[in-house]
Amino acid sequence: MSVARRARGLAAAPLLLAGCSLNRFQSALDPAGTQASRIERLWWLAPALAAPAYPLTMAALAVATGRRGRAPALPRVEPSPAAERRATRWVAAATGATVVVLFVFLAADLFTGRALLALGRGGDRPLHVRVTGVQWWWRVEYRDPAPGRSMTTANELRIPVGRPVVLELETEDVIHSFWVPALHGKRDHVPGRHNTLTLRADRPGVYRGQCAEYCGLQHAKMGIDVVAMPPRAFDAWYAGQLADAAPPADSLRAEGMRAFLSGPCAACHAVRGTPASAQSGPDLTHVASRRSLAAGTLPNTRGHLAGWIVDPQSLKPGTYMPPNDLPAPALRALLAYVEGLR
Amino acid sequence: MTAVAEAPADAGATRAPTERERLERTWADPPGLWGWLTTVDHKRIAARYVVTAFVFFALGGIDALVMRTQLAVPEGRVVDPDRYAQLFTVHGTNMMFLFAVPVMLAVGLYMVPLMVGARNVAFPRLNALGYWAYLAGGTLLWASLLLNTGPDQGWFSYVPLALSEYSPGKRVDVWAQMITFTEISGLISAVEIVVTVLKCRAPGMTLARMPIFVWAMFVTAMMVLPSLAVIATASQMLAMDRLVDTHFFDVDRGGDAILWQHLFWWFGHPEVYIVFLPGTGFVSAVLPAFTRRQVFGYPAVVMATIATGFLGFGVWVHHMFVSGVLHQAGSFFTAASVLITIPTAVQIFCWIATIWTGRPRFGVPFLFVLGFFATFIVGGLTGVMLASIPLDQQVHDSYFVVAHLHYVLLGGGVFPLFAAVYYWFPKWTGRMLGERLGKAHFWLWFVGVQLTFFPMHLLGLAGMPRRVYTYLDGLGWNGLNATATVGAWVLALSVAAFAFNVVHALRRGARADADPWGADTLEWATPSPPPPYNFERPPVVQGRAALWSRTPDAPVVVGLSTERREILVTTAYDAEPDHRHRDPDPSIWPFVTALSVSVFFVALMFTPWAVVSGSALLLPPLLAWGWPKRERAT
Repeated sequence: MSVARRARGLAAAPLLLAGCSLNRFQSALDPAGTQASRIERLWWLAPALAAPAYPLTMAALAVATGRRGRAPALPRVEPSPAAERRATRWVAAATGATVVVLFVFLAADLFTGRALLALGRGGDRPLHVRVTGVQWWWRVEYRDPAPGRSMTTANELRIPVGRPVVLELETEDVIHSFWVPALHGKRDHVPGRHNTLTLRADRPGVYRGQCAEYCGLQHAKMGIDVVAMPPRAFDAWYAGQLADAAPPADSLRAEGMRAFLSGPCAACHAVRGTPASAQSGPDLTHVASRRSLAAGTLPNTRGHLAGWIVDPQSLKPGTYMPPNDLPAPALRALLAYVEGLR
Repeated sequence: MTAVAEAPADAGATRAPTERERLERTWADPPGLWGWLTTVDHKRIAARYVVTAFVFFALGGIDALVMRTQLAVPEGRVVDPDRYAQLFTVHGTNMMFLFAVPVMLAVGLYMVPLMVGARNVAFPRLNALGYWAYLAGGTLLWASLLLNTGPDQGWFSYVPLALSEYSPGKRVDVWAQMITFTEISGLISAVEIVVTVLKCRAPGMTLARMPIFVWAMFVTAMMVLPSLAVIATASQMLAMDRLVDTHFFDVDRGGDAILWQHLFWWFGHPEVYIVFLPGTGFVSAVLPAFTRRQVFGYPAVVMATIATGFLGFGVWVHHMFVSGVLHQAGSFFTAASVLITIPTAVQIFCWIATIWTGRPRFGVPFLFVLGFFATFIVGGLTGVMLASIPLDQQVHDSYFVVAHLHYVLLGGGVFPLFAAVYYWFPKWTGRMLGERLGKAHFWLWFVGVQLTFFPMHLLGLAGMPRRVYTYLDGLGWNGLNATATVGAWVLALSVAAFAFNVVHALRRGARADADPWGADTLEWATPSPPPPYNFERPPVVQGRAALWSRTPDAPVVVGLSTERREILVTTAYDAEPDHRHRDPDPSIWPFVTALSVSVFFVALMFTPWAVVSGSALLLPPLLAWGWPKRERAT
């Protein structure tokens, strides 16, 4: 009956998932990090233990139900003492088996938990990054103890492959949760607490994540791209990000910069190397080098940038970015300037 | 006794009224609207609860249907994010506080007195107050949604999002006051059930002979008392933080955001068992009639129910594994969350043994019990996975949890509830629900549940978080989301079939006699629907399966007054007759008190002075309610 079909479905579903064409970059079952791989291994143990339990129970139920067919309704059954004793033994055996399976799972769980904690310790000198959740974007601050080696960016976390990264999870307002499934499980940003999450990417790639704790209207569009790079590429990128924004290369961009600094943009955003230093919106010093806009929501193209500047409320209703009704020439200049912030 | 019940009642003008006529007169409600407002009959009040809860169930379902339609495609534009936030908050709040818990307690309030052979529930006027408070709370929530001021912070109201700084306006206050209303009602129902079970059982019904359903409701009620008391307190703390700037949860001023999570989940997880244990009770109530034998392993099933009641309070932290508050200590809660599987497994094995050694009959209630097994066990297995900290870190707050919780609550709560409705409908109304429509309802429901919620497991693993009003294209989530939306519409169809079945049965369903299923418990010993006094002669119980073990010369309770409402109070353990108790007459004061409470609570959303004016408003009805009345000489 359908019960058996469902049972097969359950057992097959994770296998199906591993082979099917779901996205590769936001999935917990396609790990690219040490921690996520470790969790994934436990993840496969769970269905392996559960897989026999479900069909066995369903089979017992099916046999029990079909055993006497549609017997006449009324006579009451007084099972013989022998039958009751047999049933007692079966129930006891099934309960015992359940207990054993649960304890195997519990032990595997404890070992995995300890291993995850251990992974967070030892190893190379870790990279320290403070990730602050803000309604509805992420501030990313690289914190290098060496003077002049710290810098701030937003909505994109680049990390070197193979090196542990310690994320210091802070929040500026409500609770957020940092979750990049391909690298690790999630951890909350809680006001008044200083949570950390240690992860390590094992292969280069782009891994998307999303805020996992409901944080208000635009919780759905609070994404982050984690880009794992070979160490040397990472170092080159880091050096580029440490630099201030380059001065405008042509007159159009210079005009755009004036629009940026005199208009509403500078009230919230910083561009290092210019007087704009406000911190309530994402730092835009090298915004053009990022993969996406509006916290992992829009591809970073000219069209999306223009749409986002002019009418952010239709793309992300409720965002704190106000609409900007700019005349066409000013907008063109502003776009040229922002696109030059590489 | 049945012989007496079937005796013709021709009212001769000249002769003295029969015993039954006197009972009818004594226990009848006043006619018309006045009787409707003043009734203290547990059956009328419980029926009201059940009907109201199903109305809220339908509303919450429509709400879910809008959400699923919004999520059918990426970047859907059916509702905006603000409306969506209200929809998912009201859906969760409604289904937990206005449907699941009240409907379970309501079936308990209807059935427990009948199953223990009592004439009424304990404290019947309080019972009436409970219903009116519940109705007020539910109306407040739904009215606020229609006025576009519905709560929008999530049914869990995490701070600081729920504090004034991030949720200005009155939306969160609506939530907090709705909680207060429904928790008053829930606590009242629990007190009713506990006292009815302990003090109103028919003579002979020792604890060891109590039906398993009554045990389940008793343990549920014992869980309700501490957990709902905590959430009622916590919601008032939240309301005070918002109204008068207390700083319980305000981190900047010495409060603690995690404190709220502890308080909420200390209630929130036992809540799951408050829904599930009555579900187990329904299964244990339905199975004997449909397998023609008593439930196998009575002591094991009862002990498992009690064990679940205790363990249910030791697992709340598994909702907080990613808050970063506990590392090694979390293992304790993992172990507790895994261990709570064991009593449930014992119950499932005992039920299978019951079917194995019995003679199953494929009535609609039995189908829903089979659906319960097939669905709930999936939720139980994913629950074990969620108990593991490493696994939980991945799937916490993802669609995997949405899948899990619906498998548990629909599987463990609603499947058994539908079984119970099909089983007890003839008792409640004197009519049978249609068999063919019932089967259509079952299959649509079963397929709909799997189609809607199974894909959500995969969505969660694929990285889709909960409570998102939309999602981007290209993340690989489109097909699974579309499937879930189709499933949601199948579920809507199923509920429509159920509603049609109920309406049709009420009008022209087959008449039911006192015991259409040949069942074993006391409620089947009185006509369907039962008279206001439940039993003409309250029964005396001789064995665990009260009706199947009854001898032809079984004694009945005699000596209770027929001129005034009188019930028999028995001892808690052995149900030895203890004393006769004067049961209260109908009264308008519970209704008036509920009105005053409603004005008080709604005003409290706006001004702290409502405490003063509200108390003044409450005093008169409470005084009138409690005013000692001289007994009329008869």
